Amino acid sequence: MSGVPLRTTAASQGGAPAQLLEVADVTMRFGGIVALDGVTFSVAPGRITGLIGPNGAGKTTLFNCLSRLYRPARGDIRLNGRSLADCAPADIAGLGIGRTFQSPTLFDSLSVLDNVKIGAHARGRNGPLTDAFTLPSSRREEREFDLIARVTLDFVELGGAATRPAASLTFAQRKRVELARALATKPALVLLDEPAGGLNHDEVAQLGALIRSIRDKLEITVLLVEHHMGLVMSLSDQVVVLNFGRVIADGTPEEVRGVPAVTEAYLGTRH
Amino acid sequence: MNDGTAAIASEKLAVGGEARLRIGAWRRFAIAALIVLAAALPFGLSNYQVFELTQVMIYAIAVLGLNILTGYNGQISLGHGGFFAAGGYTAAVLMHRYGVPYWATLPPAALVGFALGLLFGLPALRFEGPYLALVTLAMAVATPQTLKYFSWTGGQQGLNLAKPAPPPGLGIDRDRWLYLFVLVILLVAIRVAANLLNGRTGRAWMAIRDHPIAAAAMGVDTPRYKTLAFGTSTLFTAVAGALAAIVVGFVAPESFSLFLSISFLVGSAVGGIATIGGAIVGGFFIEFVPNFANDISDAAPWAIYGLAMLLFMYAMPRGVVGSLGPLAAWLRGRLRPAVAAGEISAASNNASSPQQTSQGRLE
Repeated sequence: MSGVPLRTTAASQGGAPAQLLEVADVTMRFGGIVALDGVTFSVAPGRITGLIGPNGAGKTTLFNCLSRLYRPARGDIRLNGRSLADCAPADIAGLGIGRTFQSPTLFDSLSVLDNVKIGAHARGRNGPLTDAFTLPSSRREEREFDLIARVTLDFVELGGAATRPAASLTFAQRKRVELARALATKPALVLLDEPAGGLNHDEVAQLGALIRSIRDKLEITVLLVEHHMGLVMSLSDQVVVLNFGRVIADGTPEEVRGVPAVTEAYLGTRH
Repeated sequence: MNDGTAAIASEKLAVGGEARLRIGAWRRFAIAALIVLAAALPFGLSNYQVFELTQVMIYAIAVLGLNILTGYNGQISLGHGGFFAAGGYTAAVLMHRYGVPYWATLPPAALVGFALGLLFGLPALRFEGPYLALVTLAMAVATPQTLKYFSWTGGQQGLNLAKPAPPPGLGIDRDRWLYLFVLVILLVAIRVAANLLNGRTGRAWMAIRDHPIAAAAMGVDTPRYKTLAFGTSTLFTAVAGALAAIVVGFVAPESFSLFLSISFLVGSAVGGIATIGGAIVGGFFIEFVPNFANDISDAAPWAIYGLAMLLFMYAMPRGVVGSLGPLAAWLRGRLRPAVAAGEISAASNNASSPQQTSQGRLE
C-alpha cells in the first residue's frame, strides 16, 4: 500500500474541483412521509465517507436518489459539478457512479465472470449488429471486458470462481462479486450499501482491508452506508449522520463521536 | 491496462486454456459431424419425410426467435404466430404480385418482422408477465381475420405460390433442395443467435431478465434492450414464416391461427426456453406430436397431445435441453474427477493468498 499517494492530498494541493459529489437540499417524500428532508453534504475525492444513522433514517433512500431510481422532490445532486437531474438510471454508471445493493442482486443464471462483465457494459460500444456477426471490433471489446472482469475478480479475491454460476456462491462471496461488478464500471465514486451486513467477524476484517484498497490502489472514492460502527469509524475519513431524513452531524469520526445529538440518536443506545 | 494486469491476465488464460481448447475442438468436431449428417439425411428419406423435417427446421427458427424473447429476456409472447404470418405474407405477396424470387423475399420478411416487433415491443414495456401475455394474445387472435380483410392478401382463399425450382445442374429435386436451403438458414440463425447471446447485447438481455433494477444500475438501458429483444425475436420468427410460405407454396389466414402461437410457446417450453438447442427439440414436438397423437387416437388427438405435454414438463420441467445440459455437465464432472479437484484446489489457493492477486489495477 505504501508509495501510492492519496488522492486527497493531490486534490487539495492541485486545486481540482474540491468536491466529487455534492448533495444539496435533497428532499424526498413517499406520500405523507418525508424520507429525506433538505439533506446537504459533499464528498471529497479520494476519501471514504461513511453515511450512518438508525434504521429508517433515509440512507438507502439517499442511495436510490443518487442512482436515479428515485427522483427527489427538491434539491440537486452533482457529480464533478454536473447535475444528475436530467439523467436516467441507466446513465449513472456511465457518468462514474457504481453501486452495490443492501442484499446482493446478482444475475443468478449467469456465471460470476459474466456478472462482472455486465459492470463494464456502460463502457462498451458493441451493438446488435457487431455482436450478431462477431466483427473484429466486437471480439476486441469482449476480450477487453474479459480482462477487466478477471482482474476485478482477482482484486476481490474471487479469481478462482470466474466460471461458477453466480447462484452457487455463498452469501459473503455474492457480496464480493457484487462489489467487483460495481468496480468494473470503473467508477469515480462507488456507493456501498451495508457491505458488512450478514458477514462474520473475519469477513468484516477482510472487507475493511478491501475497502481501503479500493480507495488507495484503485483511487476510487467510497460512500459507505453501514451499521457496523467499528468498521465505519475505523475506515471513514468523513462521517455523515442522518436521523429522520436530516443530517445531524458531518465531520471526522472523532468530531462526529462528540456530537451530543449523535450520541442520543444513535450511539447512545449502544454505549 | 498496465503490464501487471496483462501479465496476470495472460497467466490466467494459460491456466486451463489447454483443457478448454480440447473441449472446444471436440465440440467443433461434433457440430461439424451433425451438420454433415443433417445435410446427408434427406437423401435416405422419402419425399414426405423430407418435407416434414423441413417443417421441423422452420418451426425451430420460429421457436429460436421466441426463446430469445421469453427465455433470454424474460418477456412472454402468445402472439408469435402473428409475426410468423407477417413474414409468410411478406414473402407470398412479394412472390405472387411482384414476381420476386423466393430467396430474395427473406431480407424484406426479416425487416418487416423486425419493424413490427419494435412497434410491439414499445407498448410491451408497460406490461409484464401475464399482462404482457394478454397483450400479445391480442395479436394472435386478431391475425387471421385481419388477413382476410385485405384484397392484396388474397382474402379468405389466401395466395397460391409457384413452388421454387432447384438450381439446374445440381441434380437434386425440389423437396431436397428446399430442405438444404432451410438448413442453411437455420444454421445461420443459430449462429447469429449464439453470437448475440454471447456478446454485450445478449448479456444485457439476460441481466434484465434476472434483475432489471441491478441491470439499470450497471448502465443497461432497459427499455432499449427490451424493445430490441422483441424486434430481434420477431425477425427470426418472421423469417421462419417466409420459409414456411416458400416451402408449403401456399398461405391462407387459417394457417396462422391462435393455436400456432400457442404451439410455439409449447415447443419453446418443451425444448427449454433459455436454450438454443431446445428450439430444434421444440420444432420436432410441434411437427410430430400432433400427428403422433392422431395415430394413437383418431377420436381424441388433443387429449393425447395434452398428455404428451404434461409428461414432458413433468419429467423435464426445464425442457429437454434445459434439463439435459446440467446432466451432461454432471456426467463430465464424474468422468473427469481429477480435473474437477484441480479446479477446486486452484480456487482455494487463490482465496488464501490475497496479497498475490490484488496487484492488478483497473485501468
